[in-house]
Amino acid sequence: MSKSHVTTTINGEAAEFLCETQQTLLDVLRDVVGLTGAKEGCASGDCGACSVLIDGTLVCSCLVLGVEAEGKSITTIEGIAQGDHLHPIQQKFLEHAALQCGFCTPGLIVATKALLDENPNPTETEARYWLAGNLCRCTGYDKVIRAVMDAAAVMRGETV
Amino acid sequence: MPKVVLSSGSASLELTGGVTAFEVEATSFRRLILELEARFPGLGHQVEESMAVAIDGEIFQDAYGVELRPESEIVLIPKIGGG
Amino acid sequence: MNYISSDLKVVGTRPIRPDGVDKVTGRALFSADTRSAGMIWGKIKRSPHAHARIVSIDTSKAEALPGVRAVVTSADFPEISSEMAFVGEGPMNFRDLSDNIMARGKVLYEGHALAAVAATTQAIADEAIALIDVVYEVLPHVIDVDEAMRVDAPVLHADMFTTGVNPKPATPSNIAKVVTFKKGDIDAGFAAAEVIFEDSYTTKPVHQAYIEPHACLATYNPDGQVTIHASSQGHFMIRAYTAKLLGIDMANIRVNPAEIGGGFGGKTLIYLEPVAVALSRKSGKPVKMQMTREDVFRASGPTSGASVTVKLGAKKDGTIVAAQQVLKFQAGAYAGSPIGPGCMCGFAMYDIENIDVLGYDVVSNRPKVAAYRAPGAPISSFAVECAVDDLARMLGMDPLALREKNAAVNGTKTHYGPTHANIGYTQVLEATRAHPHWKAPLAEGHGRGLAVGFWFNIGGESSATVHVNEDGSVVVATGSPDVGGSRASMGMMAAEVLGIDISKVRATIADTASIGYTFVTGGSRVTFATGMAVTQATEKVVEQLKARAAQTWDIPVDAVEWRDGKAYPAGTNAGAFEPLDLAAIALKQARTGGPINSEVSINAQGAGAGFGAHICDVAVDKETGKVEIIRYTAIQDVGKAIHPSYVEGQIQGGAVQGIGWALSEEYIYNDKGLMENPGFLDYRCPVASDLPMIEAVLVEVPNPRHPFGARGVGEVPIIPPMAAISNAIKGATGLRMPDLPMSPPKVRAAMDAAL
Repeated sequence: MSKSHVTTTINGEAAEFLCETQQTLLDVLRDVVGLTGAKEGCASGDCGACSVLIDGTLVCSCLVLGVEAEGKSITTIEGIAQGDHLHPIQQKFLEHAALQCGFCTPGLIVATKALLDENPNPTETEARYWLAGNLCRCTGYDKVIRAVMDAAAVMRGETV
Repeated sequence: MPKVVLSSGSASLELTGGVTAFEVEATSFRRLILELEARFPGLGHQVEESMAVAIDGEIFQDAYGVELRPESEIVLIPKIGGG
Repeated sequence: MNYISSDLKVVGTRPIRPDGVDKVTGRALFSADTRSAGMIWGKIKRSPHAHARIVSIDTSKAEALPGVRAVVTSADFPEISSEMAFVGEGPMNFRDLSDNIMARGKVLYEGHALAAVAATTQAIADEAIALIDVVYEVLPHVIDVDEAMRVDAPVLHADMFTTGVNPKPATPSNIAKVVTFKKGDIDAGFAAAEVIFEDSYTTKPVHQAYIEPHACLATYNPDGQVTIHASSQGHFMIRAYTAKLLGIDMANIRVNPAEIGGGFGGKTLIYLEPVAVALSRKSGKPVKMQMTREDVFRASGPTSGASVTVKLGAKKDGTIVAAQQVLKFQAGAYAGSPIGPGCMCGFAMYDIENIDVLGYDVVSNRPKVAAYRAPGAPISSFAVECAVDDLARMLGMDPLALREKNAAVNGTKTHYGPTHANIGYTQVLEATRAHPHWKAPLAEGHGRGLAVGFWFNIGGESSATVHVNEDGSVVVATGSPDVGGSRASMGMMAAEVLGIDISKVRATIADTASIGYTFVTGGSRVTFATGMAVTQATEKVVEQLKARAAQTWDIPVDAVEWRDGKAYPAGTNAGAFEPLDLAAIALKQARTGGPINSEVSINAQGAGAGFGAHICDVAVDKETGKVEIIRYTAIQDVGKAIHPSYVEGQIQGGAVQGIGWALSEEYIYNDKGLMENPGFLDYRCPVASDLPMIEAVLVEVPNPRHPFGARGVGEVPIIPPMAAISNAIKGATGLRMPDLPMSPPKVRAAMDAAL
């Protein structure tokens, strides 16, 4: 079986990879590209642990094929921080202790980025519904939501 | 002398012949287990392998060195795990 | 030393956890993130039947498939003799553990492993699995606990004779064990009662549903040495069980703890590691295995489903004089449900003169249960706390007042024997009564429920090392995997004892070859037991630091005192020396005796019991039967919160898992005994939009046996939610929902039936 050649952009850098046509983007990122920040929790699009952005749109990378990355721009958790400067969402997750085991955290942070890019001033209810596709079994979401709301305020320039 | 109370159901009572409370001459957990085994063969082993001991309200698991006081009340209960 | 009354500078603050940046940047390596050169993929062939005899397994076609490097069945594992081991939540037989990871003779539940392959790609491994021919003789199955106890039920194990009954039964059954706990005279108690309430309750099996599926990477070297990378609640547990199940010396197995993506008790057992090692031994390659979500649901440890009855007798003034409970717990395919703690926990919050509890440990054709937060207690307390609430209604009493009137206090003798000591339940009830939530007016149509919970907490074996680096910074290593931020609390306790800033301390987790034995991260024991080991190891380092300073100053060591991270001469008589900090002492370590380190291994005793009370407001949608949580408050005695954010997080997370157990989570079986909802779409865990904020109220009644007063926290919060919600629904609708989950169809049906 010959592999497909895919030319794409990953976290702002031009990238190319070979993959089998049936390989999911999640498997390609983890097994071919070597970016293991996106996690497999279900492989059925129910848990959100594999969340990435494709041209700014939030997707479960387990439901996208690797070949669909052709010509697109992919953002993964590894591309959220700028060098050693954490993104405000990451900083607020840390300050609010919004993670316990940390397995769902990459997906939650990517999903939060997508939320705040689209809606910089969400209500708590809007944040809760946006993140309803990201399962977290440790925190009960309380501190996650607080971190998201606080990060939004920082990104709007209201607080630090 | 420390008093031993069994309340964990009949699994241990089979070994004690139905006796639910008795006194033992022991000053440590280890001595207690040896005494239990000597008096009711199999009980010391059972306590060591699958049971915990509450000494004056505090639960101990696998702690030979714990001291017993003459007035101590020792209760044999199932070993406790957790999530 | 004890610091409970000390002025603390680090403990009780909220620093950022040391592993935090790795976890928000995607760098943290969880089990499935590890790779090895030349690695191949292992997959498991699982039973499609709930109960069947394995007539034959033909692996020849699979072995012939190009790319397949090894195939194993139970024939590749040594037969293990019957030997009891104490695993996550209670005694388990090693023979059963071996049988559970690779079936011998019979498959006992859908998803039961019976063969495995290793191949160069996942796709080839999947193909090979399909090529394994298994001939089954399908047997009648049983899932439900009450049905499994019937005399005509299909029997899972021909050699299972109920223990705990006299005389011993002559025929095998599915009842593994009967346990009883008695206090006082139950008949006299009920005879003296003026009001009697009795009801029956059922709970469905639920899964811990950690988001990280089980995974491992195992390498068997030609010299017999084995390396395993895996996440778990205890890498020493993986080493011990893999060694036992494969007949390998522990010294030849090194387990590296990967970051763990949630456990909640479910990762105190092994499923994959011995299989991966066997495949690696046979193929000569590193073998990686990971479960799918379906595998996790079908074949890893859920908790028991159960059937419970409760009978309470009280005086008209609210004094409960008699309490009786019968509990029947599914253990899954092998003996060992959490029936013991189930029997012990339900009435542990009460001071009742006459108590009688009877419990059954029952096998059925479901995966073997694994520990899940406070194993057994949530089921038991769901029943008791609903019954206490209904008793309060019969008596016309406030439900909190009834609990206050009958509350266990220090000195109360429990029905399972021990007398409560150093408990903070009174303070929890006081905080509950004082909380604004309890006093807040209820909106029209809303209901408010209250329930309480108890868990023993445990200590156990832990090891910790403390190293002072050459520059005076400090590394703390323990053998306890960090599931919920424990590195932070370990580092904080060390920093407190040393009197230095937390940023100067790095806490890590050492592999099985690099630190002394440490029991699993479970039973909420790490902050208590491993924290005690860290504290003691740090104190030994402080003694060394004082000795090094004494050498440097050429004065006796007892003329040196340590405070705020520095050695000082103790008083003017000791001499006039500039204080020496860690960096100054470390700089001269070669001259004063070499590296400054210590290791402490202990078996910690005296874990203080935990009590909690939850208040819950609900609204019930009359059209759909959906229950909405409007407000939720969880109050708990935590002893001393080392890092309050992670203590709150334990309480919030536990409460929400309880909310899921209450409202939406359940294993659904079809008439063939097959699970119909093995995915997160149909097995419905709570999501963010289902919930309000969860207010965690920390009551701090120090545990005198811990240097900082800590108690275990993570178990208690999953106990009260189910009853608190059922009680709230009763308040809102007047209807008792005695069967979990209280899902929309059930609530709607109950409302329709009441019309």
